[in-house]
Amino acid sequence: MKELWKGNEAIAEAAVRAGLDAYFGYPITPQTELLEYLSARLPALGKRVFLQAESELAAINMVYGAACAGARTMTSSSSPGFSLMQEGLSYIAASQVPCVVVDVMRGGPGLGNLAPTQADYFQMTKGGGHGDYHPIVLAPASVQEAVDLMYGAFELAEKYRTIVILAIDGNIGQMMEPVELPPMRERNKSDFGWELTGARGRERRIITSLFLKPEELEHMNTALQTKDQAVRANEVRYVERLTEDADLVLVAFGSAARISQTALKQARANGLAVGLFRPITLYPFPDQALARLSERVNQFLVVEMSAGQMVEDVRLAVERKAQVHLLGKMGGLVPMPDEILDRIYAHMPVREEAALTAEEALLAAYL
Amino acid sequence: MLNETLGVVYERPHTLTDVITHYCPGCTHGVIHRLVAEVMQELDIQHETIGVASVGCSVFAYNYLDCDFCEAAHGRAPAMATGVKRVHPDKIVFTYQGDGDLASIGLAEIVHAASRGENITVIFVNNGVYGMTGGQMAPTTLPGMKTTSSQTGRDVVTMGFPLRMSELLATTGGASYIVRRSVHDPGHINQTKKAIKKAFQVQMHGLGFALVEILSSCPVNWGMTAHDALDYIKEKMVTYFPLGDYKISDAVKALK
Ligand SMILES: Cc1ncc(C[n+]2csc(CCOP(=O)(O)OP(=O)(O)O)c2C)c(N)n1
Repeated sequence: MKELWKGNEAIAEAAVRAGLDAYFGYPITPQTELLEYLSARLPALGKRVFLQAESELAAINMVYGAACAGARTMTSSSSPGFSLMQEGLSYIAASQVPCVVVDVMRGGPGLGNLAPTQADYFQMTKGGGHGDYHPIVLAPASVQEAVDLMYGAFELAEKYRTIVILAIDGNIGQMMEPVELPPMRERNKSDFGWELTGARGRERRIITSLFLKPEELEHMNTALQTKDQAVRANEVRYVERLTEDADLVLVAFGSAARISQTALKQARANGLAVGLFRPITLYPFPDQALARLSERVNQFLVVEMSAGQMVEDVRLAVERKAQVHLLGKMGGLVPMPDEILDRIYAHMPVREEAALTAEEALLAAYL
Repeated sequence: MLNETLGVVYERPHTLTDVITHYCPGCTHGVIHRLVAEVMQELDIQHETIGVASVGCSVFAYNYLDCDFCEAAHGRAPAMATGVKRVHPDKIVFTYQGDGDLASIGLAEIVHAASRGENITVIFVNNGVYGMTGGQMAPTTLPGMKTTSSQTGRDVVTMGFPLRMSELLATTGGASYIVRRSVHDPGHINQTKKAIKKAFQVQMHGLGFALVEILSSCPVNWGMTAHDALDYIKEKMVTYFPLGDYKISDAVKALK
């Protein structure tokens, strides 16, 4: 049965149902409903931990400790708080313990504003903290998809002993949509073989990110890179719409993809052969799929709520085989379908045979 | 013959690994490690204990203390320990931190762990300098004390005053056991061991936050012989950092 849920709260409930053991967080708009929701929900379930930390620094290090202890653990924040977490995330990546972080992005840099953006793309997908590592980054374009991705996030994190980040722009976090929530999953606590529980009846375990000998640190880094290759080989997710005959393909994620979808419908109704490519995993980035597309598509228009961050990965993926244009909105401004349409017109001719009826376009472009 | 008549009075606790130390000659980290190991053995908690090492000379505490361990980011050990303990409330969780780690970069984390009454044990080693990075000024460096980053002596007008952490933490509601001890001679070492034992017992009884601050020497970075460094604790450090009990809750007092 579908119910009307606010994005942040739906994500929180999905985390609970996915078996969240321990949440640590700090208030910041536009993420706070997630923390508030869990502050009531987790203690009511008993044996689950909710703790409001003194800062995001503390929150991510509490997550680090809980993860080392083998718990399903997460935190959530918004951009300035997410910046503060980068130190902890680097340690978590190096220690190879699993956790989930929800970043409900807001305007920056600096204190910025509370409006929705996608400008943490670099920080999320390129590592963010010091050293070589990449979290898995998932970008839902609806509240339902946010719920579904959150529901699978812990298992994904545990599978690779890595960080999974949910890249939520403020629109998805704040809007209400009908969603179907998944069932409550009881987690059968298995022994991972690495978590700290006290060394009764087994060899003691040490979780550290310190390897003073260069050869040992190289070994750890090689392990991270090997894992990264597996992630890139197995976990790429994306959606393609109407790209088969497209002369121009819009590339967008999150709520920018939702708006692009509207522009796509209008474009098709007007006889413009436009398609849409929506990465669901921002990392691993679907570069091979884009490269394949660029064999026959000459133009890409990247629509982002930033000065242009994902556009760099798109350019790398298509390797100059196609033109890559950018429509970047900054400051928390959201691109309007008309703006996207104007940009499409600027780059391509009308082709009568590409025209779909409004109804056909609606069906075909459904995300 | 001898073996038959004499018993063993002193040996390495089995909770201490049999490896060569990386600490400098005369450093008292080793003495304190041993005390923690003895307490773990006496309380029979080796297999229930999860240690949280910090960033400083004692970053390798896990090479010596034989139990499950994780290694925190600089200053964040109390937050990491909070995460471990909240997930495993039935385990014994302790941090081992230096004064740069605990009183400077990690000040917020220690104060809030204390004020939450986090049920963990903190071993706080105060040697007045940043040992690991080569003896820079710490938040605990005494006025006038020369370090590599206060080369003519700490001038309190421009560099501020040393922080008295035990006094500060004793003001928090959640703290149950806050004491300051020293390891500058055998008598004080014994008192320190008793305090460490108590600080673990506080946790075993679920009585809240326990911290033992231990005045410790750093002969290499202080530019002194090992012996002179111990005298420096006795004569100089204890005047600014008086030894004593700063907070002992009624529940802890009632502990036998
Ligand atoms: C974020 C960060 N900043 C700085 C350092 C460098 N650093 C390593 S140990 C240390 C000081 C440790 O001093 P203290 O806690 O007093 O312990 P001691 O070495 O004296 O035992 C510093 C500044 C670091 N590792 N991480």
